[in-house]
Amino acid sequence: MDSLILYSLAGILLFCTGLYGVFFIAHLLKRLMAMNIMAAGVFLILIVIARRNAEAFPDPVPHAMLLTGIVVAVSATAFACAIARRYVDITGRTGVDEEDAS
Amino acid sequence: MNAALQGSLLAPFAGALLVLLVPEKLKARITLVVSLVTAGLALGVVREVMRDGVVHERAGGWGAPLGIDLAADGLSAIHLLMTAVVGLLLSLYAFYYFRSYDDGRKARARSLFWPFWLMLWGSMHALFLSGDLFNLYVVLELIGLAAIGLVILTGSREVLGAGMRYLMVAMAGSMSYLLGVVLLYGMYGTLDLGSLNALAEANPLTRAACVVMTVGLLMKTAVFPLHFWLPPAHASATAPVSALLSALVVKGSFYILLRLWFGVFADVVTPAMGWLLGAMGAGAILWGSYQALRQARLKMLIAHSTVAQLGYLMFLFPIVAGAMDAGGAYQLEAAKGTVYHVLSHALAKASLFLSAGLVMTAAGSDRLRDMRGLAERLPLTIFTMALAGVSLMGLPPSGGFIAKWLIAHAVLGSGQWWWIVFVVGGGLLTAGYMFLMLRSAFLERQDGDPDLPGRVSPAMEYAALALALAGVLIGIRAAGLLDIMMIGNPFGFTGGGL
Repeated sequence: MDSLILYSLAGILLFCTGLYGVFFIAHLLKRLMAMNIMAAGVFLILIVIARRNAEAFPDPVPHAMLLTGIVVAVSATAFACAIARRYVDITGRTGVDEEDAS
Repeated sequence: MNAALQGSLLAPFAGALLVLLVPEKLKARITLVVSLVTAGLALGVVREVMRDGVVHERAGGWGAPLGIDLAADGLSAIHLLMTAVVGLLLSLYAFYYFRSYDDGRKARARSLFWPFWLMLWGSMHALFLSGDLFNLYVVLELIGLAAIGLVILTGSREVLGAGMRYLMVAMAGSMSYLLGVVLLYGMYGTLDLGSLNALAEANPLTRAACVVMTVGLLMKTAVFPLHFWLPPAHASATAPVSALLSALVVKGSFYILLRLWFGVFADVVTPAMGWLLGAMGAGAILWGSYQALRQARLKMLIAHSTVAQLGYLMFLFPIVAGAMDAGGAYQLEAAKGTVYHVLSHALAKASLFLSAGLVMTAAGSDRLRDMRGLAERLPLTIFTMALAGVSLMGLPPSGGFIAKWLIAHAVLGSGQWWWIVFVVGGGLLTAGYMFLMLRSAFLERQDGDPDLPGRVSPAMEYAALALALAGVLIGIRAAGLLDIMMIGNPFGFTGGGL
């Protein structure tokens, strides 16, 4: 049980770290990495939950969710990389500045 | 097997793939045909719900917990109806709108619009028909990716920046939602919404799941102060895309929020959480309207108006969480009013953004001061904008009036009268920016004003007008729509007799 809590806390820590990065880092590539760290936190908790009942076999449903989640995260990251690349090509800047917003 | 239900999912996704493959000159026409089929199948589902009550479907013959259950009740039906009306008219508008996009980068934007739009439409249907938390997560991501793809179509510096900002918020929002899904699954061992409604208890971990899911969904719904990504994304996209984003996409995540707060989290939410959401709504109305009043560009004004109007959706939550002793009557009334606001805002805002596209074509820019003299040149479009404004302001007999009247009545009846200040004040502020928007169209043209170069297609004007008219008509035929909404008792309240 203790290791379950430890892993869950680690997952939440990763999630919060990533969340901070997504909102407070300007560099696009770093923000994308932060997004993936967030996802890794959630995925870690999914793995932990699969073993929550201490049975002989882990629960397969969280594993299926995890795989789907990874596929979604990879596609989204690829999509984001393509946009970021084009953005850098056009503007020569690595961050989305607030001046664009107004 | 339910043909209409499965078809309403299959048709748009299959259509999206087909449109990707066919030659350029067929894309628009095929999209129009697929739109007709999709809207028809959605209406088929609505008819079945009206005839048989809640419709359940085990996709592929596998039921919950192994398979993915699809379900349609009155709330789904109302949203399907909204998507069908907006979607069909939007396809028609886009058919003519993209005709002028015929060289280089613009041609590529046009050829990508059709598959992305059908993918978005299919994802919206999947959202309204899902009865499974994880399925909803996947659908949320699909909607997000399709919407961002649509935003960045033209590939300019402006849309890429806006799309990037949107993408970050959308991803963070869905991850936050997914974390809540994981916590709920860890506690209750199921993802099926129906089973969860029965199982959920008010314990700290469920409350934590409620908080992260609500925050994630509020990010995607662009509720103040998490709205910062919306105005640039909605204003910089092409006109049909702006209409889609403001009318439909932000309502998708709100729909999940409704399902959760009236289902799994019904006994978990505390008055303080409801209050916080209400305060965010009040802030959205004030800040969005204030920003709308000081915009010099038409599309920025309309986008900030979306921020403000989304605020009205939030007053439901303090009433749901705070007035449990009222027997459910006011909660029910607030829920009806809120969904009605979703509906009437979708119609009015789609109409406004489509009209903005016509204004930009005719005036060559979307600066408000370049609109001088447009009332003579585009009388129908300016009339359409005024009509949509009537619904946004909440004047009778429009749909917006019914929505705001129900919300105001519920707010007063449940004893939380202070929200009425924002409900009424928001209407006045809306009148203010609607006036600013239309004023310049009625001014005389002056020497030195640039010529009004573009001509617009009448079909596009009629599509925008039809949306604005629908926004007024749903106010006149409100009783029937409210009856459809209540099929299957989606809010869990039966009214006064609880």
